[in-house]
Parts: sequence; C-alpha cells; structure tokens
Amino acid sequence: MNKQTILLGTRKGLIAYHRSNSRWAVENLSFEGQPVSIAYSDPRNGTWWACLDHGHWGVKLHRSTDRGENWEEVPAPAYPEGEEVKDGVPAATRYIWAMSHGGKHYLSKLWLGTDPGGLFISEDGGDSFQLVESLWQHPSRKTGWMGGGRDQPGIHSIVVDPRNEDHLHIGISCAGVFETMDGGRSWEVRNKGLRADFLPDPDSDIGHDPHILVAAPTDPDTLWQQNHCGIFRSVNGGMSWQEVSQPEGPARFGFAITVADDNPDQAWVAPADSDMVRTAIKGALCICRTDDGGKNWKDLRNGLPQENCFDIVYRHALASSGETVAFGTTTGNLFFSPDRGECWETLNNYLPMIYSVQFTD
Amino acid sequence: MCMATIKFTYALKRFFPGLKDTPAKGNTLAEIFHAAEESFPGIRSYLLDEQGRLRQHVNIFIDGNLIKDRNDLNDPFSDNSEIYIMQALSGG
Repeated sequence: MNKQTILLGTRKGLIAYHRSNSRWAVENLSFEGQPVSIAYSDPRNGTWWACLDHGHWGVKLHRSTDRGENWEEVPAPAYPEGEEVKDGVPAATRYIWAMSHGGKHYLSKLWLGTDPGGLFISEDGGDSFQLVESLWQHPSRKTGWMGGGRDQPGIHSIVVDPRNEDHLHIGISCAGVFETMDGGRSWEVRNKGLRADFLPDPDSDIGHDPHILVAAPTDPDTLWQQNHCGIFRSVNGGMSWQEVSQPEGPARFGFAITVADDNPDQAWVAPADSDMVRTAIKGALCICRTDDGGKNWKDLRNGLPQENCFDIVYRHALASSGETVAFGTTTGNLFFSPDRGECWETLNNYLPMIYSVQFTD
Repeated sequence: MCMATIKFTYALKRFFPGLKDTPAKGNTLAEIFHAAEESFPGIRSYLLDEQGRLRQHVNIFIDGNLIKDRNDLNDPFSDNSEIYIMQALSGG
C-alpha cells in the first residue's frame, strides 16, 4: 500500500507533502529557517519528530501529535557529565543522525543515534533519553571509531528486527555494523566481508564506513548497506557481507539505499561520482534498482535531469513505499516515482538542501 | 540590593517569547544561568552544552567585553554589570 505523505528534513525546516487525487501539495512547514537533520514519523502512533540542529543553540528535539500543527520541545539527548569522545575531548550531542521506534511490543521505546557516537534510548515515549552505556563503553570505541561524513563518529542507522525487538543492528561511521540480541545490553561487531579501502588494513575488524544500513521488511535477515567502498548485502543477518556493486556501472559509490517493502531482493541506490568528486555522475542524475539481490542493476533516468546536474542524495533522503519511490537532493530537488523508479516526476526544484525523506500515512 | 543584569539577544525570543532583561542571580556566570533556567525553563541548554561549556556560536559580553573562559565560565562581573547573551554571526 502506497503511503500518501512524504516527510522531509531540510536545511531550512521540516516540510510535509501530502498526496490527494494523485496530486502532491505541501501540507505543513515547521521550523522555517532551522536545520532539521531528521524528520521522523513514528508509524505506531503517527507522532512526528523533528531533530533540530540549530547553528547557535545546539541540538533540539520536538514532537507533534497533530501532523505539525503544534510542537512540544522535549529534552534532547545529553551525554552524562564527564563523558569523553576521546581522552580530553568532552562528549556533547552535536547532531541527531538516526531515529527509530522500538517496535510494537515496546510502545514507549524510541532509539536515537548521535554524533559523537552515542546511542540513546527512551522508555517513556520520548519524554527523556538515556545514553546506552554498553555501546558507549565498547572497547573499540575510543581507539577504533573515527569521523566519517562528520568530524566525530556518528550513529546514522538503527534497524530494529520486527520479529524480535530486542534484536537490533546499528550502523556507525566510521566503525561499522554492530548487533545486539539483548536489547542493547551487549554488542557484537558485524563487519565480516566489508572492505575499508581508506584504512591501512582494508579488512580491519573496526573502522568501516557503512553510509546507511537497512533491512528488508519482508526478510529482516537480508541487510543492505551503501558503504563508502561499495554496495554490500548480507543474507544472514550481518554475519557476513558480499559486495554487490557494479564493477563498471554507476551503482557503486553513494550514500542512500532503500529496500522494497514486499521483496528483499529489490533495492534502489542513488549513485554519486566517487568520494573525490561527489556530484551526479557526468552531470546526469540516476537511480539504480536491482530486482535480483544485487546481481544486476538497472539505470532509472526517465524524468531525471541528464545534463549540468550536480545533485547527490544524502543517506536518509531516498525512500520507498509499495510502488512509490521518492528522493531529495543536496540542491533541493524532490523527485517522485509512482512505478518503482521507471519514471520520475519533479515535485519541487526550489527546496533547501534535503537531509531526510520518509513516506508515512 | 544592586544586581547585575542579563540581556538576551532578540533571536532567543523565538524560542522563549517571554524573555526579558533579568536580574543575574549568582556570583558566577554558571550560577546565573542556573538561576535563569528557573525563569525560562530550557534556556540553559540553548546557551551551554551538557558539559557546561558555552556553545560554539554563542557569545557573552560583560560590560562590552567578550568573555575569555568559554569552558568554565569564570569571567568576573560586578553588581552593576550588564551581561549580554548574543549569537555569533555565523551560518548561512
């Protein structure tokens, strides 16, 4: 079932588009002028969350139970007094980079991922958040985690297994994928098969850069990641990873990935030109889709700009729902496909830089 | 009794509509922010991070002089001082 709302976190506010009678229109603009790192709708109760990154006043967290009409500020995640990123570097929340609900059995639970590397949990519906100490104290953190995309390590991906909501995978740049089976009390590293070309030892246990990590809704053991060093897939819950990039084609470097909600083998990526360039490849925007678990990729360009284009797609800014796919770009373009990417329509060319895109009801 | 005054940038009124010049209750900047929190709940987290450091793009002037100690907030002030909370000119 296609969802009819697209929630955007942008450099200048939260924007909600709603579709009725096949036409998309802006339903809500909130926090005009403020950077919204993540706009998140909790599918369990319809609460909207805005993770703000005020340039001056710090990271803030707001929620709305009436689709953005009214907002309530709640305390943002805060590191306990005295905590350090590294020896001599005090830890303070610099950015909220991921948000996930805790599952249908834990209706009051929410997870947040932050820069500088702290995972936070709320067990009271978001009234308060606490640092997950077990991960923060992981022996690899102070020595093996580093910045990637941001100056300090950050958690950008939180994947809750719907079959067992104490089972989570998280993605950290740069550290890699971590898994817990006990609701966050203990953690295992799941980077086998990944490659970190930017490290002296590309097969290092720690230090990988999974730009984004997602699970297939219909088979949560199938995990995908758009990594800094290619596209990787796991069919065994992250125990091992296989690269599924195109050797020559565009599906290789990028930031975003999304998996079909009815097919674990179907996924979309938003290719960019190498980490040295980071623009649309040859000035032409394309999305690539695989229908066979990454063996083959198809370029989807119909309706997308094919010359003089510099757009790339940030890690949270590509989403799918049923037959529909949407993505927002660094240059403020928002595109929508009604048919899994076969053709694209432009919803707006004049938005701010887009950080997050989510389909919701 | 004479008391220093905190004056806030207009930019903060977006988040704290009732914000106005406020007597600075306390002997240190850290103390007066603690006191300001009672009048304007939440404002301390807009000015300081959770480790008590002044946020990077917030400036404090005491009688026209930019404070020097952004981490521990130990700059002195007097009973007649005006303490200005300003935003740095940054961003885009």
